Amino acid sequence: MSLDVAVDVAASICLIAGALLSLAAGIALVRFPDLLTRMHAAAKPQVLGLLLVLVGCALRLRTGVDITTLVLVGAFSLATAPVAAHMVGRAAYPHEDIRTDLLVTDELAAHLDRVAEEREHSAAA
Amino acid sequence: MRSDPPTQPTDPARPPLSRTARRRNQVVAVTALVAVWVLLWGTLSWANIIGGLVVAAVLLAVFPLPPVTFAGRVRPLPLLRFWLHFLRDLVVASAQVAWLAVRVGPTPRSAIIAARLRVNTDLNLTLTAEALSLLPGSLILEADRRTGTLYIHVLGVTSRDEVERFRRGVLELEARIIEAIGSPEELRRVRETPADREGVPA
Repeated sequence: MSLDVAVDVAASICLIAGALLSLAAGIALVRFPDLLTRMHAAAKPQVLGLLLVLVGCALRLRTGVDITTLVLVGAFSLATAPVAAHMVGRAAYPHEDIRTDLLVTDELAAHLDRVAEEREHSAAA
Repeated sequence: MRSDPPTQPTDPARPPLSRTARRRNQVVAVTALVAVWVLLWGTLSWANIIGGLVVAAVLLAVFPLPPVTFAGRVRPLPLLRFWLHFLRDLVVASAQVAWLAVRVGPTPRSAIIAARLRVNTDLNLTLTAEALSLLPGSLILEADRRTGTLYIHVLGVTSRDEVERFRRGVLELEARIIEAIGSPEELRRVRETPADREGVPA
């Protein structure tokens, strides 16, 4: 088996694994109960799934210009995905779309109550 | 910073940066911007490097960066340990979330957990939150900069025991980050208060 074939096999494994992770994310998007749990599915396959697809592409393309672009794609999605997920999650949080009956504990509610109380205090003073 | 009375809604005092610290931040920013520029063009040539330097200078003049206090230094071995641990967590957690999605069974339960970090600096808060956000199964909902607390939505939690275990996991992640890039003073604080006794918000 030549080196080319070995690299192609590795590339195909990476591409298929990345695609399967994205498929699982798509299924999760349909099956999960509320917005926050769906955000897990929507934001996260970017990480491992996308990295695997990028590695697969890099192994297949094997030219400097393409690989540097792929590195940038990976770095910027890693840097921006958490911010996007946080913004959507925070915007949705105190809202009836969240299935509170499925939460084991909610330690943010107490914190937000405290912040609101402090605001009232400082407004009264 | 932690001695601030928690009832006062003010940001913790971030001391203004010294001249050398500011200069170092600028050097790091310029290097990163030039690296992105060269990667975008795809070839390493003098023209690209000089072009990148010009673009970086213009960007930093037009959009000055907020000050970041970086008191420590980079330790290569703990940094490598952090990355290996992160990659392992990434694979394990991705498989778990994928399994939760396709399995037949009850709807997965979750929890919103508060984890109070031991080192309350902007850099540590940001890095810990980023690393947690990138792992499937945990989502940052809110970060309280005053007390250095992260509020995390965790998928697939079924009991209080698992909540506590996850909280310990967050603090261990913080410890790995501090080991890699923290200052000696921060390192001492992390080692003094082990993960199993801290992190529960007051």
